[in-house]
Amino acid sequence: MLKPENKIFKNLYNQHGWEIDSAFERDDWKNTKDIISKGRDWIINEVKISELRGRGGAGFSTGLKWSFAPKEVGSRPHYLVINADESEPGTCKDRDILRFEPQKLIEGCLIAGYAVNAHVCYIYIRGEYVNEGLRLQEAIDQAYKKKLLGKDAAGSGWDFDIHIHYGAGAYICGEETALLESIEGNKGQPRLKPPFPALVGLYGCPTIVNNVETIAVVPTILRRGGKWFASLGKPKNTGTKIFCISGNVNSPCNVEEEMGIPLKELIEKHAGGVIGGWENLQAVIPGGSSMPLLPKKTCDTITMDFDTLIENKSGLGTAGIVVINKQQDIVACMARIARFYKHESCGQCTPCREGAGWMWRILDRINKRKATLSDIDLLSDVTKQIEGHTICAFGEGSAWPVQGLLRHFRKEIESRCWDEPLIKKKTNNPYLVDQHLLENKNA
Amino acid sequence: MSLKKIHDQQPKEFDFTNDNQKKIEIILKRYPEKNKKSAVMPLLYLAQKQNSNWIPLAAMKKIANLLSMPYISVYEVATFYTMYNLTPVGKHFIQVCTTTPCLIRGADKIVKLCKEKIAPNENEISKKGDCSWMEVECLGACVSAPMIQINDDYYEDLDEKNTIEILESLLKDKPLKPGSYRGRKNTSPEVVRSETEGKHA
Repeated sequence: MLKPENKIFKNLYNQHGWEIDSAFERDDWKNTKDIISKGRDWIINEVKISELRGRGGAGFSTGLKWSFAPKEVGSRPHYLVINADESEPGTCKDRDILRFEPQKLIEGCLIAGYAVNAHVCYIYIRGEYVNEGLRLQEAIDQAYKKKLLGKDAAGSGWDFDIHIHYGAGAYICGEETALLESIEGNKGQPRLKPPFPALVGLYGCPTIVNNVETIAVVPTILRRGGKWFASLGKPKNTGTKIFCISGNVNSPCNVEEEMGIPLKELIEKHAGGVIGGWENLQAVIPGGSSMPLLPKKTCDTITMDFDTLIENKSGLGTAGIVVINKQQDIVACMARIARFYKHESCGQCTPCREGAGWMWRILDRINKRKATLSDIDLLSDVTKQIEGHTICAFGEGSAWPVQGLLRHFRKEIESRCWDEPLIKKKTNNPYLVDQHLLENKNA
Repeated sequence: MSLKKIHDQQPKEFDFTNDNQKKIEIILKRYPEKNKKSAVMPLLYLAQKQNSNWIPLAAMKKIANLLSMPYISVYEVATFYTMYNLTPVGKHFIQVCTTTPCLIRGADKIVKLCKEKIAPNENEISKKGDCSWMEVECLGACVSAPMIQINDDYYEDLDEKNTIEILESLLKDKPLKPGSYRGRKNTSPEVVRSETEGKHA
C-alpha cells in the first residue's frame, strides 16, 4: 500500500481546501523558480528518469514526448495543450484534480510549458464540467495575482499564460488531434498522423498535448526527484496513479495508489469489496470502457499496471475500474457500452461510423435473445473490420470491449442465440451490409 | 453520431447583449488574432445562455458575421456537439447519465422516474414547472453513480427516494442543493456498509 508520505494528491477529496494558500502548505509552487533555472534538458531528463507514462490512456513516455518538440523556436510559436476532456466511462480522476488540486496542474503547466518552449497553454475541459472549469479559472486568477503566471511567471523569467477552452459534449475530443481541431473552431474529427502534433499541432504549430494527471504529478516529481518516482510501482510502470473504482462495490471511490497494486487489494481495501463478496464478482473493466473486460479468474491475481494488463489482452487505459458482479447482465452492460460508442463516433471513417452502430444492434439482439448463432461470428467479424482501419484509436476502443466479451463470455452469449434467423429468405447476404438494417425499418 | 433537429419556430433576429459583447471581447483575446474562429464554441455557449438555453439559427448567423467565417461552418459546429441545444429545453434541464457505470448502479430507475414525474418523452417540456430531461452519455462522475446533471450542477450518489425529492423540487422551481446525496465528502471512500445494506445498491 502507498505510504501517506508518498501521496502526491493530498487534497484529492478536499480535506484541506483547494485555495492557493492551502496549496502552498502542501508544497505547491515551492522553489518553482529553482526547478526552471536548472534548464530544459535537466527537466526533460528528470521526467525520463522517473519513467512517467502518460495518464490519459495510451501510456506513452512523457519525457520522450516532450523531447519531440523542436529544440529551438522557429517561425511558429509552440503550444502546450492540456487534455481535460475526461469522458471515458468509468473515469473521473481529472475532475478531482481540477476541483481540489488545481495548483498542481497550473504549476505543472508552467514547468511543462517552459520545457517545450511554449508561452501559451490551453486547457481543454469537457463542457459538462462547468463548475470544475469555473473553479480552475478561479485558481488560475489566484496564481496570476501571486505573479506565478503571466510575465516572468514565478520569477522564472518565462512568460506564461493559461486559457481555458470548454468542449461541448463530444467524447472524441479526448483524442488529441480532434481536441486541437475543436480548439481551432471546427468539428472534433481526428487528423491523420503523421504529422504528429509535436511538429504540426494547434494552428499548424508545434504542440504538446498531455493529460491533466500527467502534468499535475510533474512538479512533485521534479521536487522529489525522478528516482523517487521511479522507486514506486514496478519497473517501466512507475509511480502513483489515481484509480477510480465504480460499479458493484460497497464503497465506490477515487484513490491514489502505487502502480502495480493487485486489483483485488485495490477493490477490497479501498472500495469496501465487491457487493456480495469477492466470489460474487463476474468481471472487471480495468481501464475505462475502451479496455476489454477481465473475467473473475484473472481478477484474482492481476496487478494494475500498463504491461501486466497488456499481457492479459486488456490495458490500464485511464485506470477507471468498473466492477460488475453476478447480479448484472454482462451482455446488457456491454451492449450499453456499444451504444455509447455508436453515439460518440464522429462519423469520419466508415468502419467506425457503420460498425459502431452495427455492433450495438447485434449486441442488443443478443441481449433480447433475438439473435442467431451466426450473429456471433458476424459480430466478431465486424469488430475485426473496425480494428486497425480507422484514423484514430476510437475504432479499437469500440471494438476491443466487444472482443473481450466474446473472448471471455462466449458460452453465455451462445446460450442466448437460439432465435430463428430473422432473415430466412436471403442466405447470401452481401458482405459488410447489416441485412437487419435493410430489412427492418426500425432495426 | 447523434441526430439534431432544428426548432421549427425561429426568431428572426438575434443580437448579443451589451454585457455579452464585452465578454466576447475578452474571449477573443484568448486566441491569436488570425485564428478568431477558435471563439466559435465559447460564443455559441454565450448565445445559448442568453437565449434561455437554446441556440436559434439567427444567433449562428450573428456569430458567423462576428468571426468572419461561413455560416455553414458555425452550423457544422453547432450540430456536431451535443451540448448545444438547437430546440428549447426546460428552465430546469435534467441530464441523466445512463452509461454502464451508472446503469449498473440503477440509472434506469432514474430514467423511469423522469418519465413519470417530468414528461413521458425525452426533450419534452413538462406540463407544469418548465422542466425537461434527456438521457446522456457518461458525465464523468462514475464513482458517484448514479448521478444526474441539472443545468450546470451535478447531483450524485442518488437513489429512488432522493431522486423523487430532487425532481419534485424542480417542478416547484425550488431546486435542492447539488452534490452527494449520501453525505460523503466528494469521492472519498465511505465507511464500509454492512453486507445486507449493500445488496440493494
